[in-house]
Amino acid sequence: MMSRPVLLLCRLMVAVVSLALWHFLTTVPVFGRILLPPFFFSNPVDVASQIVDWFVRGTIWKHLLITLWESVLAFTIGSVAGVVVGFWFARQPRVAAVFDPYVKMANALPRVVLAPIFTLWLGLGIWSKVALGVTLVFFIVFFNVYQGVKEVSPTVLANGRMLGMSERQLTRHVYWPSALSWMFSSLHTAVGFAVVGAVVGEYLGSAAGLGYLIQQAEGVFDVAAVFAGMFVLSAFVILIDLLVTFVERRLLVWRPDGAGGHG
Amino acid sequence: MPTAVALDDATVAFRLADNRVYTAVEQASLSVEHGEFVAIVGPTGCGKSTLLNVAAGLLKPASGTVRIFDQPLSGLNRDAGYLFQADALFPWKTALDNVAIGLEIKGAPRAVALDRAQGWLTSVGLGAFAGRYPHMLSGGQRKRVGLAQVLIRDPKILLMDEPFGPLDAQTRQIMGNLLLELWNADRKAVLFVTHDLEEAIALADRVVIMSAGPGARIIGDWRVPLPRPRDISEIRMEKEFHALHREIWSVLKDEVMKGYAQSTLAPGEVA
Repeated sequence: MMSRPVLLLCRLMVAVVSLALWHFLTTVPVFGRILLPPFFFSNPVDVASQIVDWFVRGTIWKHLLITLWESVLAFTIGSVAGVVVGFWFARQPRVAAVFDPYVKMANALPRVVLAPIFTLWLGLGIWSKVALGVTLVFFIVFFNVYQGVKEVSPTVLANGRMLGMSERQLTRHVYWPSALSWMFSSLHTAVGFAVVGAVVGEYLGSAAGLGYLIQQAEGVFDVAAVFAGMFVLSAFVILIDLLVTFVERRLLVWRPDGAGGHG
Repeated sequence: MPTAVALDDATVAFRLADNRVYTAVEQASLSVEHGEFVAIVGPTGCGKSTLLNVAAGLLKPASGTVRIFDQPLSGLNRDAGYLFQADALFPWKTALDNVAIGLEIKGAPRAVALDRAQGWLTSVGLGAFAGRYPHMLSGGQRKRVGLAQVLIRDPKILLMDEPFGPLDAQTRQIMGNLLLELWNADRKAVLFVTHDLEEAIALADRVVIMSAGPGARIIGDWRVPLPRPRDISEIRMEKEFHALHREIWSVLKDEVMKGYAQSTLAPGEVA
């Protein structure tokens, strides 16, 4: 492995070279013609000034907040529902057996097709986007919690019993921590899907949010704004992901690998 | 004081996936007196652990009776502490919380439980490791925490399933000495399963030999006349130790060979 400064330098180089190449190909003619027409590809300077403009004028904050709020709601509702149902199914194998084909069916459905339905049912406000995010987050959390309860080591379970734990104490001290640890290990995926649900929902029909911003720009062929929207969205997701990593480090100290990843 | 553990004609059978019945242990009778340290030795897969699980109430015998302090056992054996072969600590709890949980379950206030747990960690030599999670401890240290976790509840009977099996030879001896030292303090009834005859003789008052499975039986019962307190690594040099070892081994050897032959047969064949 390379040392940290060298690594950072290399990473920076990739960004600089890509941006330089993009700028070169969209502005400087090669053999008499520009290879990437700016109408379709814009250029880094225009995109950057668009981003700066959004932040200076402050118009972006409203959209960022809306998307953030939708993501948070989708994540919270989806997670709580996933934990409750996952726990219930894992502890009641008969219920799980009855619902199994329907769970598989619902999970197999591409969620985008639900967006129009949710818009019809819940309108163009934030709730149709939240609903879309929930359907994505729910299954990730549900499957992980279900697995977590199912995969409790039989020895640890027998140990709990021999130490005199009642069923309620087993739930609290054995099943619950195990289920939560699996849930936390899917945190990155779940948070990512919450954002995807929000943005896709906005894109398909809304009045605010990052997805709306991109969709609007696309509608008027403002490619610079489309790219600017994508960059802001990427930065937004990276920030959220950093936050998740931080939370995860705090909560999963007891795990051998610090932070694992399932799903 | 009544007999701590009394198995009478206990037969344990399992139903296999293909619906055949596999008899693991047949008509085993075994008793452990109060304050007595009994070791069960037998070839691999002979059903030693099965017998232990019957005494723990984790398994029900198909026939025969189990009495704990003269009471027929139904459900789990509430008088027993069980030390497992595999890792059984709660990975999401620190060493201290793992030990304290035994008391917390009983309803002890958390402060009291933590205080007593710290004391037990100190007596197993891990006073400075209270805040570590199981994965940060070595195999031997995890066994020490396990021992403290079981002993803090002060069970009248201690059931141990090859507890030091996964450890290296030196650590096993150290753990054996620690166990004897702790046991000496209040002499609980101990049922200790192992495949290591030397370990059994060094630790126990009585060594019980089981035949190779399936349908394992108890085929021998020796008293160990060695004086206590013992040092496990030194007692192995004694003449009496060697004599007893030779005597028991002459019986055990045949069973070990049978057990080995058994384990190399194709499934379904019966020798």
